[in-house]
Amino acid sequence: MYHSIYDLVTGPLTWLGFGVLVLGGLFRMVSLYSLAKKKDASSIAYNKAKYGIRSILHWITPFGTLGWKENPVITVVTFVFHICLLATPIFLGAHIDLWDLNFGVSWPALPDHVADIMTVLVIAAGCFFAYRRVVDKTVAFVTTWKDWFALCVTMGPFITGFLAYHQIFNYQFMIVLHVITGIAWLLFIPFGRLSHAILGWYSRVYIASEFQGVRHAKDW
Amino acid sequence: MYNEIFDRKIEDVGLQTGIDRLTPEKIEKTVKQVLEGETGAKLKVYHDTCVRCGMCAKACHFYQSHLEPSYSPVAKIHQSIGVLIEKDGKVGPDFIYQCAQIAYTECNLCRRCVHYCPLGIDTAYMMSTMRRICHKLGVTPQYIQDTAHSHSATMNQMWVKDDEWVDSLLWQEEEARDEFPDMRIPLDVDGVDFLYSVIGPEPKFRTHLIYQAAAIFHEAGANWTMPSEPGWDNSDMAMFSGDFEMMGRLKRAHFECAQKLHVKRIVMGECGHAFRSIYDQGNRWLGWKDYPVEVVHSVEFFTELFKAGKIKMKAKHPGIATIQDPCNIIRGRGLYDHLRFLAHEVCEEIVEMAPNGEHNYCCAAGGGIINCGPPFKNVRMSGNKAKADQLKAAYDKGARTILAPCHNCHGGLEDIIHHYGIDMEIKFLGDIIYANMVKTKAVEE
Amino acid sequence: MQNTNGWNWEPGRKVETYADCAQNSEWLEEWCVSPDGETVARVACTAPAEFALCVNGKLSENVYEKIICPKFTPDGKLVAFVSQDMEWFLSVDNEVGEEGYGFLWDSMWADGTVAAAVQQDMQYGMIVGGKIWDNLFENGNNFTLSPDGKKSAAVVQVKSLGQADIYTFQEGVFQVAVDGEALGDVFMNVWTPSFNADGSKVAAQVRETLYDYSIAVNGKAWDAKFQTVWEPRFNPKTGGVVAPVRQGGKWGMAEDGKIIWAPKYAQLWHHQFTAEGDIWAICAPEFGKFALVKNDKPFSQTAAVVYDLAVSPDGKRAAAMARGEDRMFSVLTDTGAWNGKYDMVWQPVFSADSSHTAVRVDRNGRQTVIVDGKAYGEDFDQCFDPAFSPDSSKVLIKALNGDEYIRIVADVSEFK
Repeated sequence: MYHSIYDLVTGPLTWLGFGVLVLGGLFRMVSLYSLAKKKDASSIAYNKAKYGIRSILHWITPFGTLGWKENPVITVVTFVFHICLLATPIFLGAHIDLWDLNFGVSWPALPDHVADIMTVLVIAAGCFFAYRRVVDKTVAFVTTWKDWFALCVTMGPFITGFLAYHQIFNYQFMIVLHVITGIAWLLFIPFGRLSHAILGWYSRVYIASEFQGVRHAKDW
Repeated sequence: MYNEIFDRKIEDVGLQTGIDRLTPEKIEKTVKQVLEGETGAKLKVYHDTCVRCGMCAKACHFYQSHLEPSYSPVAKIHQSIGVLIEKDGKVGPDFIYQCAQIAYTECNLCRRCVHYCPLGIDTAYMMSTMRRICHKLGVTPQYIQDTAHSHSATMNQMWVKDDEWVDSLLWQEEEARDEFPDMRIPLDVDGVDFLYSVIGPEPKFRTHLIYQAAAIFHEAGANWTMPSEPGWDNSDMAMFSGDFEMMGRLKRAHFECAQKLHVKRIVMGECGHAFRSIYDQGNRWLGWKDYPVEVVHSVEFFTELFKAGKIKMKAKHPGIATIQDPCNIIRGRGLYDHLRFLAHEVCEEIVEMAPNGEHNYCCAAGGGIINCGPPFKNVRMSGNKAKADQLKAAYDKGARTILAPCHNCHGGLEDIIHHYGIDMEIKFLGDIIYANMVKTKAVEE
Repeated sequence: MQNTNGWNWEPGRKVETYADCAQNSEWLEEWCVSPDGETVARVACTAPAEFALCVNGKLSENVYEKIICPKFTPDGKLVAFVSQDMEWFLSVDNEVGEEGYGFLWDSMWADGTVAAAVQQDMQYGMIVGGKIWDNLFENGNNFTLSPDGKKSAAVVQVKSLGQADIYTFQEGVFQVAVDGEALGDVFMNVWTPSFNADGSKVAAQVRETLYDYSIAVNGKAWDAKFQTVWEPRFNPKTGGVVAPVRQGGKWGMAEDGKIIWAPKYAQLWHHQFTAEGDIWAICAPEFGKFALVKNDKPFSQTAAVVYDLAVSPDGKRAAAMARGEDRMFSVLTDTGAWNGKYDMVWQPVFSADSSHTAVRVDRNGRQTVIVDGKAYGEDFDQCFDPAFSPDSSKVLIKALNGDEYIRIVADVSEFK
């Protein structure tokens, strides 16, 4: 029973997760781009890669923009959160073993204790974001179920992964839950709040082109 | 838990009459028509991806002044267009009143918040779209609507009639000849270097600005003209009321009056929003990616005159001055260096406000708010304590003059210094240059 | 099209200095040149607050407190507004009528008739052929004459507005007035009245509500409403009224309320009819790219800006000013763009046989005339609009160099 469930989630459901991530992501990008061409022609006409790259370089630098400088705590937490969020699942030894087993590809892994610390950092950052959503009035005022949902979807695989790794509660149950929450994470990236992972680059390049190209001003 | 009822409603005839005529069906239909017919991926992406981090709050002078969550940029969206998108336009008339009040009077469309948003969300665009919906619903503040009507009827914002425009120019020319005996305000001269364009209030209330500009051009030996026919007003409140069709009509009239005269450039008086409407919004609505006639702002043009040695100062403006960086020419068009160069050319000493340049706070008059008239004056006052604090800090460093090369900044800061009791005077660059330049062509005093 | 019959088409050049005026004036204003290039006029300041017209070097005896907006009509009359003792007069060839007005502006001409906009006692209307409208209005603008000069029209305000009286305005306060008689329905806005050939009909853009635009013919709007419209023109073949209209955010063309060019353009304007009923216009097939278009078929060559469209007398060709993305000007024609790039290009002029096109251009502050893309071998401080001889073989160049006025009749073959 457990094995068949495990096989189901790590097999077809994982394929589904990655499939939706890739195809859904592509669909969103292509359909939005064609919508933009149709309806926002007078905006996208100004897009230029050099402005976009310059802007992205500023925004991926901690304290490289006015917004980051004026919100130092969020800046630190946001950078730690996003770096760990992306690096941990990609460079986790156990994940790389799965890639190796299934596709025969592998790459260097993070030491497990480092990955463990990074997982804790993601969870801690998530807790900080949750705290802000409740306590910081400016954030609480604009928080909706969508924001809680996005936070839960994002935190799910990290919490379950942490619990499974440390064998807290039932390992087998936890590992299945970890895979399921991981798949949910993949499924929701192309849609709603989490789509900022894909679409945020678009809107960044666009506003960068408007500011630098048309308005001759920095967008950071 | 913080979504309490909008509790700062201000009575306005235009807004109230507008919502009295609305039905939920009309609202739904209009919202859908704008969202589906006029907006595209941009709005969708902004709406979907905003993660509600709240970082933009600190960007906004309204938030900084009230320190109240409902004034943050994201909160303005959350209380207006965000709801319309979520509910597919299924809201009642009272909610539209709230949307209109927020969009027209609590956001200057200054785009300072772009500097705070990692995702590059353009709140001003969303607020403009909100205004567009309000315009389509007929829910616009009375005074800005009246201005939009004036634009439509006369192609200027102050109901200035065709003859009154030329008459004002001739009057100023005549006045100026006491000082400069051979000074002209040339009319309709084809093929000259530039056409000078102003905003409606200049011929109506601030004719001395026309005099001053003409005197500076005369002293500099410029080859210029004024148009004798409508199109002379570069201002554009239709852009801010959401009447984009009228915005297009105005910009066409403006550019064609320059094209008809085959001038090489348009030099624009010290106005911010008019500049925005020619390089950013009006031109695009008409299908022009670039403006069809090169337009330079007075700040750029005066810089050229000083660098070429065509205007020299007899004395600099005495004392210490500070600089109000108008959003639409600094964050909107990168004229920071030009303005600093000029400020140091014409003033004895400059102290900067903090923050400044493209990070400067808006005057709270821009984006059409001051044009919403007396009912909303206090919105601008209470909503820009941040600017008052900046000005007080400059005052404490000795600044007694504020350089503000923008009409809206001028009006907005005038109200702020009176409201907050800050003893400073506000000057256009033209005021200072005219008063202190070497006048080689003037009669001997 | 300018009639050039009877002009001096003897090849060669005439140079005049017209120095007398300068000696007797404090300053001289811009040069105004008659279409045939035989008369040049300037406003002269002869003493403080005293102005005269300097015509071919001779100062007029009449002097005024002000003289503004001098210009020549196509039949060579010199029209200007002059002011004396707080009154304004229309001066035609230095003759002024007896009657003075509060203000005059926007002089116009059609088939021999001179007209202008007038304000008298804060009431607005027109003077046509020296006669003021019987009825004047609270405000007036968008003045026009019929092609035969017999009818005049303007947009007039027929209801008063209080301060910030937005709802009276929205009920409608404007009408078209023809010869001083308000016509048809009252609209929120009316713009650009335009007559048919015999002046029997006048069409105008109207806004009926804040959102509904249409075209009104003799004061009655089409049933069809649009997001907005541009100025209407009469089809000389069918008598129909045609205007660019915006629908679904795109521009198309409508005739008598029915779409004839489906809305697909980012912009469509400045349409002109040929005698055959073909329509030429300027369009933007996509955002930021403008082109010539004939009968809904855009030409492939595009530019960032296209303006000053001229259609040849036979209706088969067209040329216009174009501005590129590099902000330089060139000439765009139905056969493509000319090679030269300039700092300014004026409206192209076609020869009577439609085979040649002449354009006044400016490069680095020097001006010349180019014909069919080929330059005249000399440049000047300033040129004026060129003209072709009736047989299309010669070009009239009118130019200034320093203090000299130069009138040149050159053979088309001299442009290389």
